[in-house]
Amino acid sequence: MDFKDTPEQAKFRKTCRDWLEKNAQLKTGVEKNEFANIDFLQVAKDWQKKKYDAGWAMLHWPKEFGGIGASAIERIIWAEEESKFNVPKGIFEIGLGMAGPVMMEYATEEQKARYLPPMAEGKEIWCQLFSEPSAGSDVAGLRSKAVKDGDNWIINGQKVWTSGAHFSDYGILVVRHDPNLEKHKGMTFFFLDMKSPGIEVKPIKQITGGSSFNEVYFTDVVIPDSQRLGNVGDGWKVAITTLMNERLAVGDANGADVQDAFRWAKKQDDSGEPLINNKSVRSSIADWYCEANGLKNTKLRTMSALSRGETPGPEASITKIVSANKLQNIGAFGMDSLDMAGMLKTDDPEIQSFQNAWLGAPGLRIAGGTDEILKNIIAERVLGLPQDARADKGMPYKDIPSGNS
Amino acid sequence: MLYFSAVASLNYRPIIFYNNYQRVYMNLDFSDDQKFLQSEAKKFLEKEESVKRSRGILESSESFDNDLWQKIIELGWTGIRIPEEYEGLGLGHLELCVIAEELGRYLAPVPFSSSVYLFTEALIKYGSEELKKEILPKLVTGEVVGTLAVTEDFLAPTNNNIKTEVSNELIVGTKIAVPDCEAATHSIIVCKSSKGIDLRLVDLSCKEVSINQIENIDGSRGHYSIEMEQAPSSLIGDEGNGWILYESIINQAAVLFSFEQIGGSQAALDMAVNYANERYAFGKPIGSYQGIKHKLADMYVALTLAKSNSYYAAWALSSESSDLPVAAATARVSATKAYELCSKENIQTHGGNGFTWEYDCHLFYKRSKLLSLNIGSLANWKEKLVSNLEQSNIN
Repeated sequence: MDFKDTPEQAKFRKTCRDWLEKNAQLKTGVEKNEFANIDFLQVAKDWQKKKYDAGWAMLHWPKEFGGIGASAIERIIWAEEESKFNVPKGIFEIGLGMAGPVMMEYATEEQKARYLPPMAEGKEIWCQLFSEPSAGSDVAGLRSKAVKDGDNWIINGQKVWTSGAHFSDYGILVVRHDPNLEKHKGMTFFFLDMKSPGIEVKPIKQITGGSSFNEVYFTDVVIPDSQRLGNVGDGWKVAITTLMNERLAVGDANGADVQDAFRWAKKQDDSGEPLINNKSVRSSIADWYCEANGLKNTKLRTMSALSRGETPGPEASITKIVSANKLQNIGAFGMDSLDMAGMLKTDDPEIQSFQNAWLGAPGLRIAGGTDEILKNIIAERVLGLPQDARADKGMPYKDIPSGNS
Repeated sequence: MLYFSAVASLNYRPIIFYNNYQRVYMNLDFSDDQKFLQSEAKKFLEKEESVKRSRGILESSESFDNDLWQKIIELGWTGIRIPEEYEGLGLGHLELCVIAEELGRYLAPVPFSSSVYLFTEALIKYGSEELKKEILPKLVTGEVVGTLAVTEDFLAPTNNNIKTEVSNELIVGTKIAVPDCEAATHSIIVCKSSKGIDLRLVDLSCKEVSINQIENIDGSRGHYSIEMEQAPSSLIGDEGNGWILYESIINQAAVLFSFEQIGGSQAALDMAVNYANERYAFGKPIGSYQGIKHKLADMYVALTLAKSNSYYAAWALSSESSDLPVAAATARVSATKAYELCSKENIQTHGGNGFTWEYDCHLFYKRSKLLSLNIGSLANWKEKLVSNLEQSNIN
């Protein structure tokens, strides 16, 4: 056991670090949201462009698409170093993390040459159109229709929870081309121009008050058959590629963590004593410390496997369940520690971070696979338990009860 | 799709240690040799039907399996960490960790934790040269088996409530809840001296010492009282400094205990998974119901956290990192929680069968509690973790 880079890795880390130091600010511990009152989209695009020009935007991609052909471990080293800097996040990750890999695998060479570099550069933003009002955890239950019309497909229906649809240029889409087939077999996958006629994007107001995702309505939207990814009927197979990438992509909860709770407990008053002297607070901090470090050390194990060129084990599948619940509990702890005043909005960035954690965590426990779906996945794919009973197995899609038709 | 920062999955503070002497890559894992040792240990304990032996001891008046213990001694495991100059194998803590995981998995009814993690480690670290020369080779051959005695009453021992006293090298007092004394020939006694707390070595066969078995909840391992009436002793470490040494010994031992605990957790989880696949209710395996699936997934999550924290603690132990007190407490708390969860939910998954004497579920449940109390309770280790965090100013 040891924790150190090989000389090559150390050299690579230094290259990352040197570039970041020249181009970004190190995090200080308590981050004020300095991007709050400015044109965040533009700031994020500028940062992405800067990374792209230096080769860091999608470093594991081949050179012709704007990468530097980096290895998995180099990608992790870059991410580790970048995470120490205060840089804009949250605009490109869907496109780069989910649309990118699907285009890489299923698009034609001409399409890849056309779409991948601007995606990496941040010039064109991509979103992912999967979930529907009646297809959430059971995303294969989606009903938006595609009907073939000569060399085109005509799309009608509705998508929901589409992050970034309001500022996206392109999207990846899975729709039902044949409701007479079984649900997993009747789907086809496309990419499309989000500016196409017939698309209407309506932001959804979240419990945080913000709107980062949308409803997207399709009325007779035309997609050329050349923008189909995979064969007709392969939509689920292609979607799975994306969902696998999403599970890798949606990981650790960003936000208040055990070190924030600990720092806070040392200075917050509890009936004349520091809150850290409170036994129940100490017990909670011990629990969160074990969870936070359990995840950190789990990642080190994953990295160890990658570093040896092996496929990591399934242990990373626990990340989102643990971190989202920890985030919710830490947010609640911070607010509770303020007693009645915990409900008040304030400029104090530490208090804000607890309130944001508490408000945002319910979303994280749902996004990219609910806690319950992830536990099913652990149970079925890691522990080898039988698949859930499926009442719709073998039925033509059109005959499946949906509760709202 | 709802969306949260995609790169965040890789977003954590890495721990990178630079070491100028070796060229090794990032590696929070055991070496191939260590994994080989582990698989040999697994084969051995499987072949020896260690779990069955554990039940045998539970149902007998004995408190350890001497036959299995002698075989373990022949394999050299009691001398793994003992330097070659004292006739041991001179291997490291990592080798001990992989053995501990297998002993835990197979509920080995032997005094290994008391004699190796506590007694032997204490002597290696704090024994005088004279004591080491006398005792260490005998620990390798099994002539000496050790334990550690600290508790005196039905509450947690602290440096303020130890009453057993030493004066002129002679100890007077009574210890209770001392593990594994049927096998032990010697014990380290935590006692009060004119200078504070001392650690002292006592030969349990001397006439001033009387030992009595106290019935316990997990009969596959024994607990005893040690009564000392002017028992002769020899000092370990500095006089008056004993409590600090004791804390340091149990910090090391906590890592090894946590490996036994993750071994046991894995065994309990495996048992529950097998049963959930085989047992049918309402026409389907019970493992196809989410009530059971989610329970088993929770067990897997707890075990994975505990395992990763134990790996990190193993590294801290083997490399004598200043992070050991925090890392050991983190591993210990996670592993205690994981084993308690896995062993109790294994019973729950088995339904009524899980509550019977016939099924093995209770062996894991009981061993889980024994291991979680043996070097101090969960609450105590949580407190140790947070006070260590305060001292090391980690934030």
